[in-house]
Amino acid sequence: MILPAEVTVKNRVLLTLLILMVLADLCLPLLTDAPNRLISGQGISLYALLNSHSAWLLLPFCVLVALPLAPQILRTHVLAVLCATLLLCGFCLLAGLTAQRLAGGDDSLVRISFGGAFWISSGLCCLMASDAIARATSRHALRILANCLVFVPVAVLLLSGQLDHLSILKEYANRKDVFDDALLRHVEILILSLMPAVVLALPLGLAGFRRPRLRHALFSVLNLIQTIPSIALFGLLIAPLAVLARQLPWLAEHGISGIGMAPAVIALVLYSLLPLVRSIVAGLEQVPPAVVEAALGMGMTGSQVFLHVEMPLALPVLLSGIRVTAVQAVGLTVVAALIGAGGLGAIVFQGLLSSALDLVLLGVIPVVVLAVIVDSVFKFIVASIETARA
Amino acid sequence: MIEFHQVCKQFDHRKAVDHLTLTIAEGEFTVLIGASGSGKSTTLKMINRLVEHDAGYIRFAGEEIRSFKAEDIRRRMGYAIQSIGLFPHWTVEQNIGAVPQLLKWPRKRIRARVAELLELLHLDPEHFRRRYPHQLSGGQQQRVGVARALAADPEVLLMDEPFGALDPVTRAALQIEIARIHQLSGRTIVLVTHDIDEALRLADRIVLLDHGQIIQQGPPASFLTDPANDLVRDFVGRSDIGIKLLSLEIVAHYLRRGEHLTGQPILDSFNLREALSAFVARRVDALPVVDVHGQALGVLHFADLLSRKPAA
Repeated sequence: MILPAEVTVKNRVLLTLLILMVLADLCLPLLTDAPNRLISGQGISLYALLNSHSAWLLLPFCVLVALPLAPQILRTHVLAVLCATLLLCGFCLLAGLTAQRLAGGDDSLVRISFGGAFWISSGLCCLMASDAIARATSRHALRILANCLVFVPVAVLLLSGQLDHLSILKEYANRKDVFDDALLRHVEILILSLMPAVVLALPLGLAGFRRPRLRHALFSVLNLIQTIPSIALFGLLIAPLAVLARQLPWLAEHGISGIGMAPAVIALVLYSLLPLVRSIVAGLEQVPPAVVEAALGMGMTGSQVFLHVEMPLALPVLLSGIRVTAVQAVGLTVVAALIGAGGLGAIVFQGLLSSALDLVLLGVIPVVVLAVIVDSVFKFIVASIETARA
Repeated sequence: MIEFHQVCKQFDHRKAVDHLTLTIAEGEFTVLIGASGSGKSTTLKMINRLVEHDAGYIRFAGEEIRSFKAEDIRRRMGYAIQSIGLFPHWTVEQNIGAVPQLLKWPRKRIRARVAELLELLHLDPEHFRRRYPHQLSGGQQQRVGVARALAADPEVLLMDEPFGALDPVTRAALQIEIARIHQLSGRTIVLVTHDIDEALRLADRIVLLDHGQIIQQGPPASFLTDPANDLVRDFVGRSDIGIKLLSLEIVAHYLRRGEHLTGQPILDSFNLREALSAFVARRVDALPVVDVHGQALGVLHFADLLSRKPAA
């Protein structure tokens, strides 16, 4: 293609993402069509789906193609975010409508699932949106908020029932109660393990910060725990907890046994300690010594220095530590399903055992979404604290 | 006001302060000077118990400082340091109000005091009150640091190389500021520095330390006219002792009143060093002198600089 001399590409990132999207949509199926949930399906390409009813999908795409050549000002970036959001929404709607057409009817066994092109295209849409948001504003809190807004149209589609005939949502409809319980249990395990982990990590981190020799020993132990594979640690806890529960019946009465929540929560707390303690020590270490000296020199007591100076200054680093830990725990909780703790992992493993890919996805996607939400919430809090001080 | 008697302090078998005896009178501007490792900072920090002395006694207002709670004694003394140590997460107002807050002053009184101090240090209260330290220049930060040290009207102001990290222009401006504050309030000030010019400019009394011992103490001029040994001579600078001597005296004391001369005048508040510079630059041996209002006062003769005897 020969471009006129005065036309130059001003946004190579967007152009690259668009080219990748075209390639993916040309080479990979957008959706797959299977006669039932256990058989792998036939691919349906985007090309086959584009007709007079679905040509509107091309509109945001065409606008996006023009944008790398436009002057890179705020208006261009906002337009890019809008088009990427619309395109993402459009892909979902196209999938939903196709599923309605091919697998509609309550007794239909036909399964329409997402294909490679769908995953890649929606991923690229998110990247385009987040790149444009980053170009549009440098304020962290605003960026996080805008990134969340990109998913609002998709959420609306989901809630309006337009996507209900897709295979993954059929799996959801079949297991609505199980899924809701699993999601609740997942969050429950997360909170039950994060709270005690933070409560334990605070004094440990403080002690480690004040006494360098203790810190060395502390980190050695915590590092050792971190190297134990998660399945092994869950397994290791079964025997001692089972013995404990047998010896002390009142423990068993409170639901503590070798399998289930107890070993899962204990293992997650142990895993969470290293990143938490490390972030507390790192947070306290980056408090300038001059500030502490000034605080002591003006007559603050030790606890006043900690409360008014060290803690607030260490807080952003500490919150980042909690963020990393929480995201890690969201993932690890999946594995905890293997020892009967429940949670979304139970759905994942059920899907794996019955080789129903869409059931696996039904477990995995909420885990990813949960991780992203936890990540964004903490990032938002840290960004707000930092903006307040700027 | 503050009394050291045979005070010793060791860090890991190294003597930082060695049998130091020193009295700091009320209202006096004392400058502790010495090379790094001379024990000057340690001496200062022992006054507010950031460093505890090993032997001897230190009295504050007549009482051994250990009879006070460390926090209490620190709240009675202002403390300003080189790296300033403003709280980055607090506004200028909160920073300055820190000690009054610890002393549980009512909110209104703290607000008024903050405004008063910002004005004293030539910072516009409405403009700076709500700013955060990182929004200020180095000089403005140190002004806030000094204001914070002065906030609760302390009996003593302790300053540990407070202007060390500032550029020469800002440093000179703050030196004038602190000299003015000392004149206005008559507060006892103890300042640590390694800059002999700063010491000569500010001090009522200089205490020169080396290896934790006092080598010489006395008024600034005595260091120039009567150095105790070679170390003092090296410290004040052998080659420009004469220039430094001139910088301690002002034109007003040397001019011959009643004489008249035409030409570009100099101010009577100039020190003799500045006058010398004018003599050399203009290649003359007499200069007309005026006061700040431009009123002719008399004539300064080059020869009178050499006699160094104030005109009657």
